[in-house]
Amino acid sequence: MTDVPLLEIEDLRVSFATPKGPVEVVKGLNLTLGREERLGIVGESGSGKSMTGRSILRLIRSPGRQTAKTLRFDGLDLMGQSNRQMRQIRGARISMIMQDPKFSLNPVMTIGHQIAEALQVHEKLPRRDLNARVIEMLNSVRINEPERVAKMYPHEVSGGMGQRVMIAMMLIPRPQLLIADEPTSALDVSVQAQVLDLIEELVTGNGMGLILISHDLNLVARYCDRIMVMNGGEVVEACAAADLHKASHPYTKGLLAAQPRMQETRDELPVLDRSGGAGT
Amino acid sequence: MSSAAISLKDLDISYGDTKVVRDVTFDVATGESFALVGESGSGKSTVLKAIAGLAPEWTGEVSVLGKPRGHGTDRAFSETCQMVFQDPYASLHPRKTIDTVLSEPLAIHGIGKRSEKVVEMLGAVGLDQRFRFRFPHQLSGGQRQRVAIARALMLEPKVMLLDEPTSALDVSVQAEILNLLKRLRREQGLTYLMVTHNLPVVSFMCDRMAVMNKGRIVEIAPKTALYDGSFADPYTRDLYAASGGNPDADPVVAAASESKDPA
Repeated sequence: MTDVPLLEIEDLRVSFATPKGPVEVVKGLNLTLGREERLGIVGESGSGKSMTGRSILRLIRSPGRQTAKTLRFDGLDLMGQSNRQMRQIRGARISMIMQDPKFSLNPVMTIGHQIAEALQVHEKLPRRDLNARVIEMLNSVRINEPERVAKMYPHEVSGGMGQRVMIAMMLIPRPQLLIADEPTSALDVSVQAQVLDLIEELVTGNGMGLILISHDLNLVARYCDRIMVMNGGEVVEACAAADLHKASHPYTKGLLAAQPRMQETRDELPVLDRSGGAGT
Repeated sequence: MSSAAISLKDLDISYGDTKVVRDVTFDVATGESFALVGESGSGKSTVLKAIAGLAPEWTGEVSVLGKPRGHGTDRAFSETCQMVFQDPYASLHPRKTIDTVLSEPLAIHGIGKRSEKVVEMLGAVGLDQRFRFRFPHQLSGGQRQRVAIARALMLEPKVMLLDEPTSALDVSVQAEILNLLKRLRREQGLTYLMVTHNLPVVSFMCDRMAVMNKGRIVEIAPKTALYDGSFADPYTRDLYAASGGNPDADPVVAAASESKDPA
């Protein structure tokens, strides 16, 4: 393989026009992702983490605008691609898992059909092979009785299963980069761990890159190699996941401290100073 | 028991023909903070709803502060026990100002001096007076949850039912709301029954917890069980492991408690 990093971003900016002038929600973000690297982006609501994820796929809708000095995926300049070319990349080479399976799956299509559609858009396959691939994929996301589940509709499955179906859909064209935007925040704790273990296994097994976007610092630290903490559209801290406890930026420290612990001895949780912001 | 603020005995709750909660029995002492823990669909919120009168199809015994609870809504009851809901974006009326929302319980119960009481309560929950005549959409999630807590406290209840009060909020905002709830409990001598799926929050807020699974209570444990994971029930242990266990635990102590587990 080449030494070209999987993803290179330099000076990424996303802005929205408002009556009071443009508001920047991502302010000059730089990032390099190596092949088979797992990067976590952490931040609170409004920090710009989801916008960063979406802008990699050029999914910022008008009136939002994105600019970047460099936005290069596998040596390919994404900013220079036409919409038609972008559609070839989305799903096939870069995939994204959204937060809530309830809103991301088509309610009037069977699960098998939806997964097959994701594949058909990018590959021409005879129907028999297509079905085989769908069943194989459902198997690999550990769904029991895949033949039966493939005939079901999204409302007939649970949240955890729905999210597995989403993962199956996103991974079936074998992308090189997976962006997971809060993949488990709609799920129960015990299911959360299963889904993340599954993502981790598939990502490392297929040699994919992963960008995991979440508000949960500890969760990201468990599943990623490197962490970026965002606040107000800027990256305030970047470090190796293992060094998270050595974080130096006051915002990161504040976030870590504000989380209750399993063995809580503090009488009061420290609170971030919001005097600069809008307050709670 | 006369000192129990909430006492449930053999409580079964159903929605239509489906029984969702079975044989729930526990007592919450006055001034205690008690947690109901479990996954979605385990029936933990339904227990709160039954106490609050929002899930009227139950059998068994429910008493709050020594008085048996009827099945419907009850005016006298709402003066002693109030509920705070999970999602502050859904639980405030979008077309009523904060002032109206907070005065309404006083108006219903014919209590005077409403204006002073609203001002005082806004102060107690840490909201600036300038928010008084705003609408919910002009407030952030944390501010709205403060309003919801203020509304529940307007009638000066003794018992608060909290249904996942922070799960819709960011970590740093969650810390503020948890601090607020803890302070209010200390200042006003409240009793909390709190539903949550977040075990670290239990460790911070509560004294004891009941773990629910598939409509039944599988275990009642003190919060110290969270320190070393010394739970008796296998389901609880799985839940504890899925939450990441206790990274601060002394490995020697943890290992010792593990080896003791089978006994």
